[in-house]
Amino acid sequence: MSKPIIATTSLAGCFGCHMSLLDIDERILELAELVEFNKSPINDIKKFTKKCDVGLIEGGVCNSENIHVLKDFRENCKILVSVGECAIMGGLPALRNNIPLRECLEEAYLDGPSVENNEERIIPNDEELPLILDKVYPCHEVVKIDIHLPGCPPSADMIYEALVSLITGKELKVPYEAFKYD
Amino acid sequence: MKKDVKSIIAKYNKDETRLMDILIDIQDSLGFISPEAIDVISEDLNLSHVDVEQTISFYHFFSMTPLGKYNIYLNNSAVANMMGCAEVAKVFEEEAGSKFGEVSKDGQLGMFYTSCIGMNDQEPAAIINGMVFTRLTKFRAREIISDIKAGKNVEEMYVASYGDGANSNQLIKSVVSNNIRKIGPILSPKAEYGSALKKIIKLSPDEIIDEVKLSNIRGRGGAGFPTGLKWEFCRKAPGDRKYIFCNADEGEPGTFKDRVLLTERPKRLLEGMAIAGYAVGAEEGIIYLRYEYKYLEEYLENVIREAREANFLGKDICKKKGFNFDVRIQFGAGAYVCGEESALIESAEGKRGEPRDRPPFPVEKGYLNKPTIVNNVETLSSVTQIINNGGEWYRSFGTRESTGTKVLSVSGDCLHPGVYEVEWGFSVNDILDLVGTMGDVQAVQVGGPSGRCIAPYDFNRILGYEDLATGGSLIIIGKQRDLLKDIVLNFMDFFVEESCGSCTPCRSLSVIYRDKLKKILKGRGVQKDLDDMYAWRHIMKGNRCGLGQTALNPILTTLRNFPELYEARIQKNKTFDEGFDIHSALKDSFEITGRKSF
Ligand SMILES: Cc1cc2nc3c(=O)[nH]c(=O)nc-3n(C[C@H](O)[C@H](O)[C@H](O)COP(=O)(O)O)c2cc1C
Ligand code: SF4
Ligand code: SF4
Repeated sequence: MSKPIIATTSLAGCFGCHMSLLDIDERILELAELVEFNKSPINDIKKFTKKCDVGLIEGGVCNSENIHVLKDFRENCKILVSVGECAIMGGLPALRNNIPLRECLEEAYLDGPSVENNEERIIPNDEELPLILDKVYPCHEVVKIDIHLPGCPPSADMIYEALVSLITGKELKVPYEAFKYD
Repeated sequence: MKKDVKSIIAKYNKDETRLMDILIDIQDSLGFISPEAIDVISEDLNLSHVDVEQTISFYHFFSMTPLGKYNIYLNNSAVANMMGCAEVAKVFEEEAGSKFGEVSKDGQLGMFYTSCIGMNDQEPAAIINGMVFTRLTKFRAREIISDIKAGKNVEEMYVASYGDGANSNQLIKSVVSNNIRKIGPILSPKAEYGSALKKIIKLSPDEIIDEVKLSNIRGRGGAGFPTGLKWEFCRKAPGDRKYIFCNADEGEPGTFKDRVLLTERPKRLLEGMAIAGYAVGAEEGIIYLRYEYKYLEEYLENVIREAREANFLGKDICKKKGFNFDVRIQFGAGAYVCGEESALIESAEGKRGEPRDRPPFPVEKGYLNKPTIVNNVETLSSVTQIINNGGEWYRSFGTRESTGTKVLSVSGDCLHPGVYEVEWGFSVNDILDLVGTMGDVQAVQVGGPSGRCIAPYDFNRILGYEDLATGGSLIIIGKQRDLLKDIVLNFMDFFVEESCGSCTPCRSLSVIYRDKLKKILKGRGVQKDLDDMYAWRHIMKGNRCGLGQTALNPILTTLRNFPELYEARIQKNKTFDEGFDIHSALKDSFEITGRKSF
């Protein structure tokens, strides 16, 4: 049997979830034995080169490019996992959800206390730049997500255990602390 | 300004537990609660700024920015909409040139939506500068705005004659109608004020509690807890002071019978409170009255004054040495959850109306941590009649489990909306016969949004604690209504708005369910959405109070009783649809950047 193939991406996240994945330390060698990585910032593969078994998504969906990437993942991965608070709920970036987009952009580029050298009062708008969505969406509101892995970030152990369980088909025991309310 | 605020604070002896009264008085006299006023309050009461702000921000009728010189609070609950609230709102907006949810640029007029104001039998209704306007029409809306533009007093804006009964009392002068359609022993004008008090002074507190227990009366506020037992717990609880609260928050959309009891039989209530005080050993009573009923304030204050003069309140009541009991009114400021007894107590202590963890229950540790009884208006009024006529007499009405009578609030698609006092044991069909339906009835909402929406095959079910328990509201929904859109969605919006936010399932899941419903209404739903909504319902049991435990009922009870309405609206050819609409998600961005594609 060929090795299962994994892809990962960070959408509107802080890369903390990826850092947590790297925190599995030397077990990364075991993981490398178990799986093959495809598109991922970890190996810098930019485009899917084959169909994958598992896609790990960090971060929610805040702009048009995120939508594109997420849909690409959905098409190319058998199982999609929302990893971490941002992917599951929108997380910190979603704090802007109650503020109209225009106000957010004006605060960021025109009126914020740290704005300098923008005499022409320009809000960046290059064709190359993705368009910002009206709010930050959790991934499962944009595509079907199969598994949610809670935490901010989920601990290295949990990510590792989850991956191993997925690959080996063993049941994953999520500790109560990982999903208790408040 | 500072002087005004200081004198208001002084009026309440710089007592931080009276923060609600202080804020209400400031809001009423200054039109809003300014940052400077908050400074003064936090200094004088020795509270932090955020402590004051968090209380202010909790309540619908407080504002930290200036409101208008005139403020229209239009009810947009389900029944108001059935009766044409949207059309009236449109005229208000057109004529005024400003929108609901904002104050006009010249600061003249603020217009806001508000949830049910207890006038479901005379909708569309609004509160304008504290006065209630009922049965609004497009024509009336036009008149009102032109009167406002002409700078008239609100009193001058009334055109109809005052309502029936005490509604036309000099101290009320309101167009509100009682619409009493059926009278029983609790609404009956018979029985002289004070007769029950004269009786109890010859009895011991235990004998009174025994009589109440014998009657088998259960709480009329919705939860149905046996009243005698509650009193006994409170009597036995250790405490140097005890309190009697009358719950007159009446926030459940569709319920208005307490308003009628307060208007027509306030003495019966005061008598019931004094009886409770005597029975459990409390000397202070507090009526927690919803802000929407502030138009009754002067009238009720006067009834209380008269009661003191007649020696039915105050010291040595009915000349009985040591029988002291007095009552004051505590206003809320617009928050449904404050009807929940522990939230009500928090609010009366001047805090955010967030329910407490229980146990301890209020009967052990309630107001100011002292043993406290919270009873509904109707419960306390009924007790007066139980003492007058005996527990045995009371049991002769109704059924074995549900003794006595129930005062019902009936509204919606029927000929005679209003208040009906009926013996427990009526079927829904009996009520429908009584109120006169117009055409086919599609559904009846029993017990308000937190209750159940039942279909015709259940109309022969019996109202009572054995079967269909209800705090007393019935909303009749005709065939012509879009049940899911007009009623269920409106109720879900209500719970989303009114959740206090303490418990995650209540705060989040009610939003998730509401959004799923919206998705289904847009035609994007799939079978999995229905399955999810059914499967996830148990999570709500973990919530702290009844609001969260019932917040999904509008969806869950219609999902059970009207599955065909949901099934007709879901997509049959798809197993999954996330419901995402990229065009609406990018609308703002297109506008801001001027780009047209992505
Ligand atoms: C969200 C919520 C709102 C409530 N609103 C009211 C109300 O407006 N009036 C009322 O009497 N009881 C209301 N209750 C019930 C009270 O918590 C309490 O059970 C009742 O006042 C006790 O009085 P009773 O035993 O005489 O019914 C509400 C409960 C909840 C959970
Ligand atoms: S969940 Fe936490 S760690 Fe992961 S991307 Fe979001 S903020 Fe970063
Ligand atoms: S259930 Fe809802 S309303 Fe009740 S305490 Fe929890 S969050 Fe507040």
